Amino acid sequence: MLKVENLKVNYGGIEAVKGISFEVPENSIVTLIGANGAGKSTTLRSIVSLVKPASGSINFLGENITGKDTNDIVARGITLVPEGRKIFPDLTVLENLKIGAYMRKDSLEDDLNWVYDLFPRLKERHWQAGGTLSGGEQQMLAVARALMSRPKLIMMDEPSLGLAPLIVQGIFDIIREIHRQGVTILLIEQNANMALRTADIGYVMETGSITMTGSGAELLVNEKVREAYLGN
Amino acid sequence: MDFISKNLPYLLAGISVGGQYALIAIGYTMVYGILRLINFAHGDIFMVAALVTVYATTSMPLYLSIPLTLVVTVALGLLVERAAYKPLRNAPRMSVMISAIGVSYLLQNLALYVTGGLAQTYPAIPFISGTVQIGPATTKMVTLVTPVLTIVLVFALMQLINHTKIGMAMRAAANDFETSRLMGIKVDNVISMTFLIGSFLAAVGSLLYFTNYASVVPTSGAMPGLKAFVAAVFGGIGSIPGAVIGAFIIGICENIIKGLGWTTFSDAFTFALLIVILIVKPTGLFGEGATDKV
Repeated sequence: MLKVENLKVNYGGIEAVKGISFEVPENSIVTLIGANGAGKSTTLRSIVSLVKPASGSINFLGENITGKDTNDIVARGITLVPEGRKIFPDLTVLENLKIGAYMRKDSLEDDLNWVYDLFPRLKERHWQAGGTLSGGEQQMLAVARALMSRPKLIMMDEPSLGLAPLIVQGIFDIIREIHRQGVTILLIEQNANMALRTADIGYVMETGSITMTGSGAELLVNEKVREAYLGN
Repeated sequence: MDFISKNLPYLLAGISVGGQYALIAIGYTMVYGILRLINFAHGDIFMVAALVTVYATTSMPLYLSIPLTLVVTVALGLLVERAAYKPLRNAPRMSVMISAIGVSYLLQNLALYVTGGLAQTYPAIPFISGTVQIGPATTKMVTLVTPVLTIVLVFALMQLINHTKIGMAMRAAANDFETSRLMGIKVDNVISMTFLIGSFLAAVGSLLYFTNYASVVPTSGAMPGLKAFVAAVFGGIGSIPGAVIGAFIIGICENIIKGLGWTTFSDAFTFALLIVILIVKPTGLFGEGATDKV
């Protein structure tokens, strides 16, 4: 579905991504794990053209989308749940959801019901300003907002960052649920344990390069991965 | 009774001038809200609007020259954004501000060139130039029309911003460009929309403001522009209701000071107010806190 080849991205004067290649098959959960500064966020940001790749190609559903406008890429069915959630604090919860569907012209009724089913808490708080929600609720809102565009591929940048373990569990349950409903997922995480347990395929990224790949289960028992990312 | 009849004309003038400042101030505050830029050229766009009215009315009837003024002013606002600000979208804020100052002087000097340095007689616009008697005070119709029109336009603008899709996109973009782009919002279009609205309101403001004056010169936009800017800061820059309330307060205060016989001090009052606000409450009456760009 998504095919990244030899992607190089310069960011802040350094080569943040040094020619990586990976694939996200349809209906899979793929995870990129790695330490802070490995280039994971930059990779996702370059897929949606928030940063322009220096070289390489990004193909989505067989079409080259490298360097196209962000709104064009979003219209093709890719959405990014950004790091730090980035909900719109001054917009209400409902407006945050509606703006997720900004490109769409059809009725939002069914989709609102869908995300309200996934996140009942958002329904209760639909009139509140987004900025008044707790961290976990903001993460739910960020995911729900992304779903409102009816994405084929949803990319999530550190959805568990800064959340309590119980909330993290909830977020991963939602990720599995969304996946079950037919959305392909590309997840980047520092919480390698949770990410690898959830993912079909995992890639390990270190200082701009992919150093290891395998199924989630394989990486989970891999000696090096255990040592570097799982703390044992 | 004597007190009222003595001060009523000044109060009315204050409300009217306040409305005119408000129409200009909205342009400052909206552009700041989205770009964090003080558009120093805004007062000069306001002046150009008046010159367009002057030239248009010499060759065509009013029902054409007023729409032409609005259209040309909006086009100028959009052009300034495209030519002077958009190329600097990723530049430091200071660069854009300097560009704005450059545009301001460019417009003033273009006006100087076009007018040949001669004051251009502002046409009398029927109806709003007519006189009207309110109690003991005689004034021009524009004094009554301005606050009503200002309130109607501000109300319409608030509806647009709070209850339409483009308004929602404007509020989102004011929060965060990058995330707005992720939603599929074309941020450049949203910014253009902001300049369109600001320039349109400045053009309406110029029709009302210059009705009280005999002529237009290239620097005519500077003082009302600065006053409107102070109003926007006073109200809390970035906030539309703040700018409107700030503008009315400044307009009324200035004219009451004139009524007290201190006419020469009235401009100084406004700028003294600016200094006091910046010291005491830099975020203004309704301004956002320091956490504006999260």
